[in-house]
Amino acid sequence: MATVERRAALRGESQGHWWERNLRYIFVLPSVLMILGIGIFPLLYSLWISFLQWDLQRPGQRFIFLKNYADALADNRMWGALSNTLIIIIVAVSLELLLGLGLAQTLSGYLPGKHFVMPLLLLPVVIAPVIVGYTWRMLWDTQYGPINQVLGWLAQRPVEIVWLANPRTVYPAILITEIWQWTPFMFLILLAGLSAVNPELHEAAALDGASGWQIFRHITLPLIQPIIVLALLFRALDVFKLFDIVFALTGGGPGTQTETVSLYVYILGFKNFRLGYTAAMSYLLLIVVSIAITILWRQLGESRRK
Amino acid sequence: MTTSIPAKSISWRKMSGYTIRYLIILAALIFFLFPIFWITTMAVKSPDEYFHSPPVWLPRSLNLNHFGQLIRNRSIVSLGHSLIIAGGGSLLALLIGCPAAYSLARFNTGGYNFAFWILSQRFLPPVAVVFPIFLLYRTLQWVDTYHGLILLYATFNLPFVVWMMRSYFDEVPIEVEESALVDGCSRWRVLWAITLPLSIPGLIATGVFTFIFSWNEFLFALVLTRINVVTLPVALTSYFGPQSAFWGEAAALSLIATIPVVVMTLLVQQHLAAGLTLGAVK
Repeated sequence: MATVERRAALRGESQGHWWERNLRYIFVLPSVLMILGIGIFPLLYSLWISFLQWDLQRPGQRFIFLKNYADALADNRMWGALSNTLIIIIVAVSLELLLGLGLAQTLSGYLPGKHFVMPLLLLPVVIAPVIVGYTWRMLWDTQYGPINQVLGWLAQRPVEIVWLANPRTVYPAILITEIWQWTPFMFLILLAGLSAVNPELHEAAALDGASGWQIFRHITLPLIQPIIVLALLFRALDVFKLFDIVFALTGGGPGTQTETVSLYVYILGFKNFRLGYTAAMSYLLLIVVSIAITILWRQLGESRRK
Repeated sequence: MTTSIPAKSISWRKMSGYTIRYLIILAALIFFLFPIFWITTMAVKSPDEYFHSPPVWLPRSLNLNHFGQLIRNRSIVSLGHSLIIAGGGSLLALLIGCPAAYSLARFNTGGYNFAFWILSQRFLPPVAVVFPIFLLYRTLQWVDTYHGLILLYATFNLPFVVWMMRSYFDEVPIEVEESALVDGCSRWRVLWAITLPLSIPGLIATGVFTFIFSWNEFLFALVLTRINVVTLPVALTSYFGPQSAFWGEAAALSLIATIPVVVMTLLVQQHLAAGLTLGAVK
């Protein structure tokens, strides 16, 4: 009898005041209201706007239903921005994974001085991305930047690469900047994954004569695969929003060569003031992200069940 | 005699293993610390040192003019704006998020789907939301105000607070609460006197992270601030025009904006993996 009451009390079904019985709902209510008010309401409002022809540089508004969406789908600059973003996601995130995994493998296990090195390696993650962007803009500078200077030492002649204005070098510059900031994120998470692997498994395999690579490939990798997938999803969703670094480094240039989706939508809304069109574009963006979020939802749900 | 040879070769392998690992770490340290070294020294160089081709690496003397310049042109007030907004946003997010996190942890309110609905807000691209929010704020006349940004940052950090605190509340053994409830404590008392004090390390870590996220946020601040409230990242943009660049001042301001964040990160270092993955990795 007592246990039944205790169970009921723990589920919040005690016979107290009404607010004590409904405590669980009262506790989530402020959060729900806040998300609905600041997160969801503006989205509904912008759904309405996305059906309007509303341009601050031209007077009047008119209901045109889906025309903004049709225009957005036919917008070459939008497709360009989308492919720029996808290229950065694919290249940057996979390089971050490889470098992060290598670093995590190097630092996992016993190593004197590890606790001194760790915080130094993690610094880039917490610096504001826009500061990272401006810092690297000074590093990539043709005339006054140290990168050309160091390359000059290696090549034994003056190097004058115009990193951020040359279509062929601007992507490496953006990718290296992005990789500089976020490889430590991968490294930290993979290191947490690696240290959760039972070392006895490695020892047993080593006794059976497995090589270091075989142990990594057939024991470590399968064990940390869920955490790798999680880290990849987190990074991919974050890079999809990429704005700060590109804004500071190139502003989307040269031309629109490095314009990301976020940057293009920002320019449409806050430089060109095409309200209806921007709202429609935002919605298309949300649809793409929702698909990715659904995948994350499944993955996270699976890792919780385990 | 025969047994000493494998022992020797193993220790040799161990030594070379350490050497390779330290070399990799050295290369990584150079790569990850060089930009920080560069911005730090630039803040105390004189213009004829950084606007010199090729650039000078180490300043001849400690030049604090750029910091003085930031005070004279009042850019430094952004430090106060950032503190108020990031601090206020974090406190509000904790205040509203913690009860929800507790409800999710103890009663599993709404199940996984509800928890994920809250989380999904964290992944919405800000650029898709900032535009309607700008229109809403313009109507309410909240653009360029403290409460506008505080409310916005609190909302967008809410999913983070709920997920983080839920995983910390999960760690408080249910038996402790159980016995207090059976002893006749009200749930309020259990919360205040038992659960919350046990979760203080998690609470501090979560607060620090929401502070850092708000402190570093750029897009919302860029769109929703004008002159009265300008956070540090937005203030930094004014030093990079199409024609002119004030690198020394920019470096000094970057340093001012980065040092608090670095100090705070060092304090919550062991929570960093959890903080960056909403509690999914510990």
